[in-house]
Amino acid sequence: MTTTTAAHDDHGHHGPAKGIMRWVLTTNHKDIGTMYLWFSFIMLLTGGVMALIIRAELFQPGMQLIEPEFFNQMTTMHGLIMVFGAIMPAFVGLANWMVPMMVGAPDMALPRMNNLSFWILPFAFGMLLLTLFSEAGAPNFGWTFYAPLSTTYAPSSVTYFIFGVHLMGISSIMGAINIVATILNMRAPGMTYMKMPLFVWTWFITAYLLIAVMPVLAGVVTMMLMDIHFGTSFFNAAGGGDPVLFQHLFWFFGHPEVYIMILPAFGIVSHIIPTFSRKPLFGYSSMVYATASIAFLSFIVWAHHMFTVGLPLVTELFFMYATMVIAIPTGVKVFNWVSTMFQGSLTFETPMLFAIAFVILFTIGGFSGLMLAIAPADFQYHDTYFVVAHFHYVLVPGALFAIIAGVYFWLPKWCGNYYDEFLGKLHFWLSFIGVNITFFPMHFIGLAGMPRRIPDYALQFADFNAVASVGAFIFGFSQLLFLYIVIKTIRSGKQATPEVWEGADGLEWTLPSPAPYHSFSEPPQVK
Amino acid sequence: MATSSYYVPESSRLPIFTSIGLICMAAGAAGMINHISSGTEGWAFPHFVFFTGALIVAAVLYNWFGMVIKESMGGLYSQQMDRSFRWGMGWFIFSEVMFFAAFFGALFYVRQWAGPWLGGSGDKGVSHMLWPDFIYQWPMFNNPAGADLPGPNAIIDPWHIPLLNTILLISSSVTITFAHHALRTMQRGRVIFWLAFTVILGAVFVYYQILEYVEAYRDLGLTLASGIYGSTFFMLTGFHGAHVTIGAIILFVMWIRIVKGHFTPDQHFGFEAAAWYWHFVDMVWIGLFFFVYII
Repeated sequence: MTTTTAAHDDHGHHGPAKGIMRWVLTTNHKDIGTMYLWFSFIMLLTGGVMALIIRAELFQPGMQLIEPEFFNQMTTMHGLIMVFGAIMPAFVGLANWMVPMMVGAPDMALPRMNNLSFWILPFAFGMLLLTLFSEAGAPNFGWTFYAPLSTTYAPSSVTYFIFGVHLMGISSIMGAINIVATILNMRAPGMTYMKMPLFVWTWFITAYLLIAVMPVLAGVVTMMLMDIHFGTSFFNAAGGGDPVLFQHLFWFFGHPEVYIMILPAFGIVSHIIPTFSRKPLFGYSSMVYATASIAFLSFIVWAHHMFTVGLPLVTELFFMYATMVIAIPTGVKVFNWVSTMFQGSLTFETPMLFAIAFVILFTIGGFSGLMLAIAPADFQYHDTYFVVAHFHYVLVPGALFAIIAGVYFWLPKWCGNYYDEFLGKLHFWLSFIGVNITFFPMHFIGLAGMPRRIPDYALQFADFNAVASVGAFIFGFSQLLFLYIVIKTIRSGKQATPEVWEGADGLEWTLPSPAPYHSFSEPPQVK
Repeated sequence: MATSSYYVPESSRLPIFTSIGLICMAAGAAGMINHISSGTEGWAFPHFVFFTGALIVAAVLYNWFGMVIKESMGGLYSQQMDRSFRWGMGWFIFSEVMFFAAFFGALFYVRQWAGPWLGGSGDKGVSHMLWPDFIYQWPMFNNPAGADLPGPNAIIDPWHIPLLNTILLISSSVTITFAHHALRTMQRGRVIFWLAFTVILGAVFVYYQILEYVEAYRDLGLTLASGIYGSTFFMLTGFHGAHVTIGAIILFVMWIRIVKGHFTPDQHFGFEAAAWYWHFVDMVWIGLFFFVYII
């Protein structure tokens, strides 16, 4: 400890600065992680309000509350904000907090760039949200912004959207490079790759996905910009281009993107389930290999989003089978989680409840994904509420539940206090019930043929839509309870031990709770 | 593996200024482009926002790199820090490769599938019903909607300026390696010479690229708006040209640093990063020369 303390004093390293400037100027991974998490929660509520506007309009058939044009802006902004503003930054926030502590590092590898990665986001989303108040209105072409809807027929706010996407991409790439450098270069002596905690492993692979596909997204929005304003013909068949080219490029980004939003969730759940089962994780190395396989496969399945666009038969078959292969590594993971629980001495604290719900509900989302992967069947499901049900099952009780589980799991480590277990469980049950009431009926109305992204619908879909809307309001408002619990825990609560949880294992639990401002000034030895 | 002396910098004003500069540039550029597209002439508020943002970003870059150089010269960076920079630069270049891959992918897709389908080939020949008279060929001199969207009259001959530019860029990759060897053996005069030579080769490349664009626009009718051939041609070569320009500026900064006496034979990652970037730009050009100009 002695040498490090001396070295740190030389460079003027003391505690955090005071006031708001602490947050603006910080280079500390915990401060930046905290900002990411609060930002993503604000975005979750913003996107959530948009979801509730959508569900309120869909509560009954007919047009009640909003204009169809505004409805389209809501579905677009809801998707963009939840994907790029809520889920992705939340995982980056968790990575910022936990990766240096888990690998035994003093901080992230490139701390100033880390701050830059964060501070781009509030500005970018501010600009995106401001388009709602512009004369042309916000982007209204869906979060997948297919050409020519997003080029020839787009409102003028599309230009702001394009530059907003560029900024988010810059932020993501810098964040991912930082995480890769931290994991490659900052591990404590003795922490070999196959001793890395799974959250570190899954984020490591996720970071590579980000570095590989965010530039492709930048490329595709650049082509849009050029098509709209500078007369190019990338997505214009009249000039020899092809609107389908847009879909290929977008989904080459878009499919790895959905794994970017779920692989870190796998990592979190792989920490929580062993802890509360009081057993080591079953099949650690197979978990690593499964994660890597999923990441590799994510690059060769993109056209399963495009089965109905008019692909050659052989293409449809290739992408159908390649997609189905993903079920194998995913199945390995689910098997391992269940086997970890098998014969464990289980307790059901809030993080464990969210983690178990993740395993079950994510699996449901995975199965509906398999159904969608069947190319001939997809001609029926395509662009219906079945698709909406599918990806909300993997993203809400999947990614989001894992984030919430991670927050409950690590909150005592972050602020030194335990959360209120009763309120946590209440939050879980409200969320669990709300989420299923919202999204399960969407399977039925989707199979019955209700198209997605429409503000009005035929009468036979009325009952299930009403049910889904009630569930959405239960789920949405129960997240305010989450906010209350987190604030309450920060301010007070039972003092947490360094280990926090009885079965906890890993370097992060050797630090005191709350964790010191600089995690490991001296690298710990890993045996 | 970790050592106890990893340098964690103090809090810094630079990131927040970068963010402010970037958002000004982004919002300003969007407003500016919309302003131009709407057909209004002259300067407007977004122009000022954009250029203010660009100034902020330029100032930040100057100060940020200046600070890193000062810290590096002050001996704050350990071997481990050096590795962080190496990984960071390496994966940044990989992300650039993927950016170019999107545009190369677009080119391959159009030539391999979308174009022939428009011309009626394949069992999915639906799109050819839109323009039944369209015959697919590459380069696409006649676009499907040829009357409204005329194609180019001619294309750039690969065996004149592009071949010359290929020789220039490959030579520059060789000369920068000479500079690197000289740096390792501490022959500062030779480093200064070969690096200057490399920058000049890069500048000449950009000059010829500009001549080529002038020829394309003025004489050949090959423009951004002349269909998919012009789109892919100008976007690929244009982004590449922008990268050559950036790379040459980086090399020029390295040249100034060497003249000032920075770098030692064992520690000169700034120079190496610039060289990596230069080789990357060179590799992209070889891809361009084959797939855009020749084939």
